[in-house]
This record gives sequence, C-alpha cells and structure tokens, in this order.
Amino acid sequence: MTTSVDSERTVTVTVNGVLREATVPVRRVLSDLLREDLRLTGTHVGCAHGVCGSCTVLVDGVPVRSCLVLAVQVDGAEVTTVEGLAREDDRGGQVLHPVQEAFRECHALQCGFCTPGFLVTIAAGLEARDATAEITEEEVDELVGGNLCRCTGYANIKKAVRHAAATMRDDAR
Amino acid sequence: MKPAPFRYADPRSLEEALDVLTAEHGAKVLAGGQSLIPLLAMRLAAPATLVDINRVPGLDTVETTGDGVRVGALVRHDGLLRDSPDATAAARVQPLLARATANVAHPAIRNRGTTVGSIAHADPSGEMTAVLALTGGSVTVATPEGRSTVGWQDLFVGPLETSLAGPAVVVDAFFPALPARSGTAFAEISRRKGDYAVCGAGVVVTLDEDRRVAAVRASYLSVGLVPEVHDLTEAVAGKPVDGADWAAAGALARTLVDPDGDIHASADYRRLLVGVLTERTLAEAAAEALERTAA
Repeated sequence: MTTSVDSERTVTVTVNGVLREATVPVRRVLSDLLREDLRLTGTHVGCAHGVCGSCTVLVDGVPVRSCLVLAVQVDGAEVTTVEGLAREDDRGGQVLHPVQEAFRECHALQCGFCTPGFLVTIAAGLEARDATAEITEEEVDELVGGNLCRCTGYANIKKAVRHAAATMRDDAR
Repeated sequence: MKPAPFRYADPRSLEEALDVLTAEHGAKVLAGGQSLIPLLAMRLAAPATLVDINRVPGLDTVETTGDGVRVGALVRHDGLLRDSPDATAAARVQPLLARATANVAHPAIRNRGTTVGSIAHADPSGEMTAVLALTGGSVTVATPEGRSTVGWQDLFVGPLETSLAGPAVVVDAFFPALPARSGTAFAEISRRKGDYAVCGAGVVVTLDEDRRVAAVRASYLSVGLVPEVHDLTEAVAGKPVDGADWAAAGALARTLVDPDGDIHASADYRRLLVGVLTERTLAEAAAEALERTAA
C-alpha cells in the first residue's frame, strides 16, 4: 500500500460528545480547528507554542496542549473542551463542574483568558486522582504549574483547586 | 505564529514511513511533537513534509530485562511515570529514567511528548539526552538499508543536531541497567517548575564491596552544546559514604564544565549551580547506593 502524502485532509472527531467533521490544511493545529473550523471559542490560544497552557483540552481523556497537536492527528479521537465540562441536569439545564464552581466561589479568575486551560487541566487532574485522599500542596502546585496566569498571582486558583478537591471528596464519600 | 505549509503522511508501518522519508525531499519525522511543533510554530523549522509515526504499530512498548530498559519511539514520558507494571519494572532496573522524566515539562506535555523524540531532538537542556549519556545508552535507527545501533557519543553533534542523515527513524532508545551497589539522583533548577532547566544534574555513585566510593559520574543539563559525562571519582575515591567530601566533587565538576551565559543565567552562575547540584545529588545518590548495597 502506498501512503498518501496530503496538503489537505478531512478530519472526523468527537468533540464534547458530538461527531464533527472538517476539511483542513494539514498544518492546522487542533486549537485552530476547534476555534476557527468548529467555532468552539472557549479554548483560548495564548502563546501558540506550548508554553502558556491556556489552550489545554482533553484528547481521549488526557490533557494536551491543543496548539501542539495537529488537527489531522486527532482524526477518530474524542476531544473535550471547556465547553464540555458542565453536565446536563435532569431539568434540561446545566450543572457546572466542581472545578468551575470552585473558580466562581474562590474568585480564581480576573480577565479569564487563561481560565479555560486551568479548568480543563485541573478537572482532568482531580478526576484522575483518588478523590477520597486529602490533596497535598505538591499536587496542587503540579496541577497549576503548567499554566500561566498574568492576573491572579495563583493564590486564588490554588484555593479553588483545594476547594474543588474538597467538594469531590465529599461527593465520593 | 502558525506553522509554514507542509505536506503530511501518517504511514501504517515502518517500511511505509521509510518509503515516504526516502521519496519526499526535506521530510521530518513527527512523534509526540512537543518539541517539533513549537519549532514549526516559531518558524525555526519548515520541513516540506511531516511523516507522523503515531499510527505505526509496535513502537509503544517499554521492554525491561536485566540488561536495561528499551523504550519504544511512541512511549510517552508519562508511560515511564504512570503506575503500571512496565513503569515499575523499568524504574527497578534503571531508576534514573523515571527520576529524570518527572522533571520533563508539565503533565500535559508529558502526556504527549516521547522519550525517544526528545533524544532525537538533541536539546542539551533536555533531561533524556543527559540520561542517555549518563547511563551509556544508545538508540536503534531504522533506515531503508536496515537497523543499526548508535551509541550516545556518536549521536549528539551539536544543539538540536544529531549525526542521523537521510531517511531514518529512531525506533527505540536503550538505557543500560544501573550497576550493582549503585545509586542515582537527579535535580534541576528552573525559573518555574517544569520550565527548561537553568542547570540540571544527574549522577550515579557506585560503591565497592567494602562500601567505599568506587566510581562517581555526572551529566549536566543546559551546560554544554551536547550532553557530556564527567568522571568525578578522583575527588572522593575510596572514601566511606558518610566520610566522602561531596563538596570536593562539586568543586572538581565546576572545573570540568564550560557553560555559556544567556538571558536566564550567566556562565558563572551556571558553573556555581553545577557545584551546588553535584554536591546535593551525590549525597542523595550515595545514600541510595548504600541502601542498595545493604539490601
């Protein structure tokens, strides 16, 4: 079989549970696929080369920098963005993720630009750990260390991580 | 910025990958992409074609034997850290690997970036290049002519430059086992946890049968143009672990390195850090060597 070498590809990807398709130049990165082709502008692009973390999304359940993954590489994958964190409630409304609640509660955002990346990273990190265990300061630092925030000084973001971990612990018990 | 236009192939076998690399002039292999895609985004690199090996089967295994750990080209950094039988076996035979990997960037990068990719990227501030050198490791290179083993001394030519030329895929990296009666440690100083190290050090201390220091080797990050291994044995040879003057080994290390200064740190400051990190990591590695000798 001869491998095809393309300048353009059609990508099929499940985003927040919905099957989406787009035909894109192969140099399109995932963050631009989400924002420009699929019009999901919740994912923010800060530095566009993997330093700031604001474009973090989940690919097949694990956090990745969407500016450092090509759209063609997620063909067939499942992507979760910040728009997919909230859950439906039984009356057709939406319930915020505990991390989103905690950010609101603890005033963990000011301008909000970096917030989607923090929310996705922290939500995935807290869901991957044993919810019944007390969260350590080291874990908190690791969860926020890969994302840049230029407004808050991180104190309230770290408070929100601890708050969300406590909520998830209460829910798990 | 956005990457300059390129063409893309995602072959389903190593043979097909080598076919495309041969046919396409100026093609580059894409694995985890966590070093390559930033280079593309900053337009520091503009390959005509990317050959994505992520859909090539058989490259995602960690094989551990008594001789060492063989890490396939598609094993993500996280694969050596995550709680799994493969990671546990690898950490038992060569503990330095996971110890250094824990310092690689941030979790979201470690989920995607690969051990072998960061070696092929040949960044002298990379953790994996230093570990390959310090353990005396090698890589397996597949070309249309067949496979060959390239030792670390022959691999690294300069910053972001390896000796590999023409169509080639690095299919795995081999890290020899930690010798008996040995301990390791790894530490780095960075402006922010997970950022590029201003300076980093990995060390191996080996004791003799009387639990005296027999060999001390160190490798540093962000210090030279290519990874180097320095023998610091003469500063502490024959000393018992609790009587060894690790500061003397640190002082010796400072005379052996030749760091450059940049916006993050002066050459003098880097040399100072080499001494500090050497002293600190050697004490830790020696304690571990003693523990492993007792066991």
